[in-house]
Amino acid sequence: MRKVKLAIQEVSKTFRVRGGAGQKAFLLPVLRQLSFDVYDNEVVSLIGESGCGKTTLLRIVQGLVRRDSGTILVDGKRIEGPGRDRGFVFQQATLLPWRTARQNIEFGLELQGVERAERARRARELLDLVGLAAAGEQFPHQLSGGMQQRIGLARALAIDPAILLMDEPFSALDAQNREILQQELLRIHRRTGKTILFVTHDLDEAIYLSDRIIVMGAKPGRIKRVIDVPFARPRIELPRLRGDPVFQEMRAEIWDLIRNAPAAAREAAVGVSVD
Amino acid sequence: MPSEAAIEEIGPPPRSYRNHLLRIASFLTVMVAWELLGRQVAPLFMSYPTAILGAAVTMTADGELIQGLLVSLETLLLAFAISAVLGIGLGLAIGRYRAVEATTDWLVNALYATPLVAVIPLVILWLGLGFAAKLFIVILLAIFPILINTASGVRNVSESLIDVGTAFAATEREVFTKIILPAALPYMMTGLRLGIGRAIIGMVVAEFFTAITGLGALIIKYGNQYDTASMFVPILVLMGLGILLTAIVRRAEAWIAPWKTTEDE
Repeated sequence: MRKVKLAIQEVSKTFRVRGGAGQKAFLLPVLRQLSFDVYDNEVVSLIGESGCGKTTLLRIVQGLVRRDSGTILVDGKRIEGPGRDRGFVFQQATLLPWRTARQNIEFGLELQGVERAERARRARELLDLVGLAAAGEQFPHQLSGGMQQRIGLARALAIDPAILLMDEPFSALDAQNREILQQELLRIHRRTGKTILFVTHDLDEAIYLSDRIIVMGAKPGRIKRVIDVPFARPRIELPRLRGDPVFQEMRAEIWDLIRNAPAAAREAAVGVSVD
Repeated sequence: MPSEAAIEEIGPPPRSYRNHLLRIASFLTVMVAWELLGRQVAPLFMSYPTAILGAAVTMTADGELIQGLLVSLETLLLAFAISAVLGIGLGLAIGRYRAVEATTDWLVNALYATPLVAVIPLVILWLGLGFAAKLFIVILLAIFPILINTASGVRNVSESLIDVGTAFAATEREVFTKIILPAALPYMMTGLRLGIGRAIIGMVVAEFFTAITGLGALIIKYGNQYDTASMFVPILVLMGLGILLTAIVRRAEAWIAPWKTTEDE
């Protein structure tokens, strides 16, 4: 049995939605009794229609949102709030604009009280890892969206977290950059062996990156099915993988799950994106 | 296939260069027109550039212009420094803590809306006609744009940047010093830039209505002597001072916060 890195046990969350003009406040259940494990070195994707609570779950794991009930364990240790045992990559890179790329990577280390020389050494390593060795002294506004997101990834990796949480990190990028960064992420995953929990709404991305895909349903958010991805690592590039019949079959299966469509509709769904 | 250099030379000259020419042409036209028309009017009502220049040379030579400028600057810079420290300090507290905001916002809004020239008689009753009264008047005018912009800078820090701090388990204090403060810095600089303009107004008003000193005194003196050309000299110095100080703050703004330039108020 492989080691459980992240355990999510019966986590529930309900939002109180404040009423607008003439409307009463109401309760919106976002997650109900959600449980699953993520194993060491595994990449797990959460996918599902919007409103299924996948991002909320990720933010709960990070400690950005408080859960109502349930238990979350990282390396067997119960977590209650934000912590540096988890690294978070945001949907928008959200780099601090007054810091250079290097200083952004050093942010978490600075909070940990790591001394200057060691911080700089770590930052250099990570700039190398994300392929931006020459961009350390650039400010975020001088970097392209893809480069900013690489720095965001390096910032999360800098604190050497037990698990990496990624919230649709490539969704704001153009198609070509997205595929490049997906490949890069797999390479970095191979190099670092990090456990990754990845939220996405992109079917291809989920299949290409993941060992397992958790398909979620909405209202309230719950697990519909957990799908094992059979492709061996290192994987061939996504544009080539798309030609694989197994890939297409999986894509159709997930599509149907998300759309609640009958199996007959699968044929038509192949090649269509959720977006 | 034309070379790149050739491509660059085709088309109209760069916009900034052309605008620069327009600016210079417009300035020269106005100066010449002023000179010509000004000479037609009785010297009591209007002066003209060469006469003003002559007066400026005389006033500089006998030292009264420099003397007046130094006296004015003393009030202006000291009061502005105090306004900056108080305005930024209070602005940070108001922007960060809802309780402080609720306690003070009615007062800040009321004072900001009051034409402060109206309270000068009261200030004179309290503080007399001396240096203290002048400082108080300048601070009263300069502090509000600084305070209000700082507070709105703190309030406008994007939630997602604060999330970054939270995600990396920053303490409340670290979030304040490492995220909120730098994020609000451009707003503070905008406040300072607007504040310096109001400080100059406050200074002249104070020099007119309390003990008559500095550049304001020169304006009144030459006005009373019906020497209009000489009266224009301190006015133009004040204009230059406004342009210079604003430019200095703007430069500091670009240097401190190169990633962002905020809109005026």
